[in-house]
Amino acid sequence: MTVVEVRNLVKNYGDFQAVKGISFQIEKGEIFGLIGPNGAGKTTTLRVLSTLLTITSGTVKIMEFDLKHKPEEIRKIISYLPEDAGAYKNLTGKNYLEFIANFFDQSKKQEIINRGKKIANLGKRINDKVDTYSKGMIRRLLIGRALMTNPKLAILDEPTSGLDVNNAQDIRNIIKETSQTGTTFLISSHNMLEVEYLCDRIALINNGIIVEEGTPNELKRKHNAANIEEVFTRVVK
Amino acid sequence: MSALTNIVRKELKELMTPATFLPIIIMAIIFGSMGNTIGGIEGELKEKPVIGYINADNDLFSKIATNVLNQSAEIIYESLNISDKENGLKKIQEENGVALIIIPKNFSENILLGRHSEIEVYWVMKGAGLMDSISSSVVEGLISVINRNITMEIIQNNVSVNATTALEPTYRNDTTYFKGKEFHGLSPGQISSILSQQSTFIPIVIMMIIIISGGTVISSMALEKENKTLETLLTLPVNRFSIVSGKIIASALVGLILAVIYMFGLGFYMQSFQLQEVASSSGFDFSLSSSDLILVGLSIFFTLIAALSFCMLLGTLAKNYKSAQTLTFPVTLLALIPMFITMFKDFDTLPVVLKWVVFAIPFSHPMMAPRALIFDDYFLVITGIIYVSIFALIMIGVAVWVFKTDRLLTGSTNQRWKNLFRKHI
Repeated sequence: MTVVEVRNLVKNYGDFQAVKGISFQIEKGEIFGLIGPNGAGKTTTLRVLSTLLTITSGTVKIMEFDLKHKPEEIRKIISYLPEDAGAYKNLTGKNYLEFIANFFDQSKKQEIINRGKKIANLGKRINDKVDTYSKGMIRRLLIGRALMTNPKLAILDEPTSGLDVNNAQDIRNIIKETSQTGTTFLISSHNMLEVEYLCDRIALINNGIIVEEGTPNELKRKHNAANIEEVFTRVVK
Repeated sequence: MSALTNIVRKELKELMTPATFLPIIIMAIIFGSMGNTIGGIEGELKEKPVIGYINADNDLFSKIATNVLNQSAEIIYESLNISDKENGLKKIQEENGVALIIIPKNFSENILLGRHSEIEVYWVMKGAGLMDSISSSVVEGLISVINRNITMEIIQNNVSVNATTALEPTYRNDTTYFKGKEFHGLSPGQISSILSQQSTFIPIVIMMIIIISGGTVISSMALEKENKTLETLLTLPVNRFSIVSGKIIASALVGLILAVIYMFGLGFYMQSFQLQEVASSSGFDFSLSSSDLILVGLSIFFTLIAALSFCMLLGTLAKNYKSAQTLTFPVTLLALIPMFITMFKDFDTLPVVLKWVVFAIPFSHPMMAPRALIFDDYFLVITGIIYVSIFALIMIGVAVWVFKTDRLLTGSTNQRWKNLFRKHI
């Protein structure tokens, strides 16, 4: 089942064309990685799919909904985690999860919050103010927030950016486990090892164009490379 | 280049931005304008007041009085007959005069008999602002001069009267016409004092609410952008109108709580200046009825919503917390302008262009409402409420529209305008 279908997506900022007609599909339960150098158009693509930015041309379908015409329906089934995002500092971790859960099905509110607390795994610190959290704790809380609603599509921009090895590994494991329950992931990352470990399929984006797409093994074979980092370097250069 | 020079150059580059200079430049312009206004007051003090008089006495002391008036005022009406009072008042009103002074029959005789003699002054008051009562203050000064000159005449000619009469030969009996109403026993200065107590209190409170809660909205937007919590919020299943109105309502509530706290303190302070006894002696009720208070409340409420919607729109332009501080400046300025104007001038006595400017600033309306309601000017208050409500709706509409576009996150504006702007910088 296709969860995401992007066709000839173009996004302009004034005269500047950030995304130049990209197309890709993501199937249900897949972890799809969008990788590329800085300024390649990764975050713009993610922001468009999260309904934050409008489409200049092309079409995006998430499940059965057209993004241009039904953004409010799409917001019910997706979850977006921006790079370097924060949470409301005067709320406790628990209050923050409650605040977000209030926008979803009220009959399942407590279930959603409990799932968020479990994913965040902050122990008793969930009752402390976000202001007192470390960067790793905030990221765990936000991952909990992003996945607690069981979204059909989770869009994560650099999910482990700036985290230490332990925190990064925990988050990667959470993503892997959640994908097995049927959630589809669209991830952008600079960390090639992470991409290789996590993603079922990868698209390499450079200068607003998808230049390669396939499973990590397919790409490594095609470019006779030992790892995705080598594939990336060869394709981008 | 030395290390010190290097650091100084870097610091100057960071500090010398338009955001640093613009507020100070605008403040300098405001102070400059205030200086001109004060200069204008001095000019008005030197100008001869336009008056008329009826000298029904036409004897020694009344002639001293008319001499003073002839020398120091521009006389547009003069008569010896007390029955000409209505004609005199009509002339004063038609020609924008300040007062009609009546020296009654037996004026001189009363003084010679050792009695204080009355000078009736019929004031035509135009506005209740500080600048509006300048001419009447000049006339009050002239009457003091009349008193002094009569005293000098009594002393120089050894006129046999008691000391009290010699030192204070006349007294003033004031009647003021203002906004179609007649106030017995009150001079324009006294009316201005009574009204300024009410019209100073509300503008200051309004200004404080707007600045505090407006700043809260702008900072909240800036913090949401800086922490990227706004991006998360915008991808949740919640419509843009709820986000915009939720922020406005929360800030309005905070603003109102702060206003109540502030009003308590200021209310106690203002009580110490009450002139209620003087006010009640005129037989005119200067207080607001409960329906008037409801109208003032509505005016404050809609203005607060309009102000916060405007701030929300400004907040969408904020890139971070630092830039939010600069964006609160236009709001502060728009709150200060009507506050000062309503203190110095009455809306009715403003030049036409300034009237439109004051009306167009939504924050002016609750500042003008109490005084307007005291004189039953419901038209100004109700049109003000309607205008402010429309302004608020437009601002909310534009803010919701901005929330639906890329501008909120990218801050992009029309490229054509950007290019035009660059060409002219």
